[in-house]
Amino acid sequence: MSLAPSPETVVQPSDTPATKQVPDANGRFGDFGGRYVPETLTRALDELVVEYQKALQDPDFHAELNELLHRFVGRPSPLYHAKRLSKQLGGAQIWLKREDLNHTGAHKINNTLGQALLTLRMKKTRVIAETGAGQHGVASATACAHFGLPCVVYMGAEDVRRQKPNVFSMRLMGAEVRPVESGSRTLRDAVNEAMRDWMSSVEHTHYIIGSVIGPHPFPMMVRDFQSVIGRECREQCLSTLGRLPDAIVACVGGGSNAAGMFYPFVDDHSVRLIGVEAGGRSSQAGDHASPLSYGSPGVLHGSYSYVMQDEDGQTSDVHSMSAGLDYPGVGPEHSYWKDAKRVEYTSCRDDEALNAFDFLAKNEGILTALETCHAVAKATETAKTMTPDQHLVICLSGRGDKDAAELARLRGQEW
Amino acid sequence: MTAIDDLFVQLKSQGKKAFMPFITAGDPNMTFTRKVLKKLDDLGCSMAEIGIPYSDPIADGPVIQASYTRALAGKIKLKDIFYHVAQERPNLKMPLVSMVSYAIIHRHGPERYVDDALAAGFSGAIVPDLLVEESDSLANICRQKNFNLIQLVTPTTPRERALKIAEQSSGFLYFVSVTGITGERTQLPPDLVDRVSWLRERTPLPICIGFGVSKPEHVRLLAPVSDGLIVGSAIVRLLEQAAQSESAAIESMATLTQALMGELPTSTAPR
Repeated sequence: MSLAPSPETVVQPSDTPATKQVPDANGRFGDFGGRYVPETLTRALDELVVEYQKALQDPDFHAELNELLHRFVGRPSPLYHAKRLSKQLGGAQIWLKREDLNHTGAHKINNTLGQALLTLRMKKTRVIAETGAGQHGVASATACAHFGLPCVVYMGAEDVRRQKPNVFSMRLMGAEVRPVESGSRTLRDAVNEAMRDWMSSVEHTHYIIGSVIGPHPFPMMVRDFQSVIGRECREQCLSTLGRLPDAIVACVGGGSNAAGMFYPFVDDHSVRLIGVEAGGRSSQAGDHASPLSYGSPGVLHGSYSYVMQDEDGQTSDVHSMSAGLDYPGVGPEHSYWKDAKRVEYTSCRDDEALNAFDFLAKNEGILTALETCHAVAKATETAKTMTPDQHLVICLSGRGDKDAAELARLRGQEW
Repeated sequence: MTAIDDLFVQLKSQGKKAFMPFITAGDPNMTFTRKVLKKLDDLGCSMAEIGIPYSDPIADGPVIQASYTRALAGKIKLKDIFYHVAQERPNLKMPLVSMVSYAIIHRHGPERYVDDALAAGFSGAIVPDLLVEESDSLANICRQKNFNLIQLVTPTTPRERALKIAEQSSGFLYFVSVTGITGERTQLPPDLVDRVSWLRERTPLPICIGFGVSKPEHVRLLAPVSDGLIVGSAIVRLLEQAAQSESAAIESMATLTQALMGELPTSTAPR
């Protein structure tokens, strides 16, 4: 296998269309992905590849996972026609894929249940996870409580502060939350600490990575577990609308809800796919968390993908008011989709996302996670450029209860 | 042949073992790093491993991580590290090897990294996050330019794979003593000696042991079964004192270095 190309030779978006037949055996989505980790983790990653392939061929695995997704999570999640919102905007019909109605309030549970089942199959006895917004932490704690596995969640100290309700929930379900004080005290540092834990505990511990990031096979595996979103959505569109939607919008931090939503539509060329990154305060370096919009290909957390970095390859500090998007990297498949021009990536500022929160709350009676609000904001903009006979789906990846206190703080209101 | 290859030929003929301290470049600044290098060379260290600070070092424990953070807080850049090492190089007898994340090599461009490192006076690189499967292209560049690419074997590496890694490595093979991150350990794994001995019978490459090595008894135990020992966190922790007193930091580091070197089987006492 060859190295990732050097910066001078890449970055030319290829004319090769995106395919669903990725990654290859080495975990490459085109040039992106791969495995950049210490040798210590290789054996566990190889075992995970083997166990995952075995599980995929085992009808019992699918039956157990599907049963859990149905009766424990409440799937399928509805595809809801936001009629009032659509009318207000006067453009396309807006549909919400309601991942916020899942047990634990976000899409993250789709992945943690799958990986928890794999943990048991590998006979590992402990789980670790990282979390930003806390949704993946809660989903990991939930899956672990369900299966009786001890669970340690690493969370940046800044995120522990701004996502308190989720910290409390995790502890209620028996998980240990370890605040991470190093670096920017956010998601990136939580991933670092979880990786360090795993370096020492790898023989009996499984690391449930919460997004489509990290070394192979995580980006592929997490995408597969999250693809239930896109598969359901595609069927729901066909049965409800009698056709595919014209556009789909999802927010992108690491990119798991977007990857799960987009993947089943990759070959449906009539469907516009739009990923929305965190635009933060401005487009200046350090003010946002938009590696696909403003970053360059590099190595972070075990894979080769777009990343915010300086001229030496040091990871840059990023900003987003939403803890779940406050991350300098992005999943390698998104980099692949970007360069293959299959998905349009754009970004949305903090203030635009806050307006979208209010808009959806007041027009539809739905409190949306701040992460998801980025998608809502861009979707409302896009819908206005479309006609009422067209259909646009938003991946409503999470609910906003967790953000109530932080919203009050941002607005100087009492909580 | 690189300076590292020459070193091990020479040590072997003398029945000696290598002693390799690890220090972080630019913690807290390069002027201090140069003084430390000179001192280590004067003490008779066989080689020095210079850590290039990285923002997200997942293989490193709290001591080296904090050291990288201090160096980066001082806005250290790769070009400054190369510049200062090149300046100090003529004053040093020992070969130098860089410990550097692939994120940095990739950003710099692998070929340019090797050229610049060679120009600064480095003889090789250890890239802790570049697995043997991903290393072909960099290994080729290194071979063409007579620069060592030192690969790592760990306790979780299956034996067949360890042999494959040994074949791909040059200069020496870095045997990671523990399943975990860098940092001092009171105890090393009981099967470590067996694992190293097994591999040493099957590769002509010198094997050096690192991660956790921090005490005289570790040196006594491991020196006979290896070709050299690498000590990182124990030294970096003592150098933290530089913020208060540079001379005290260098003094205590020298004391530890001498104590550990004094345990090597054949005397490599100060020249």
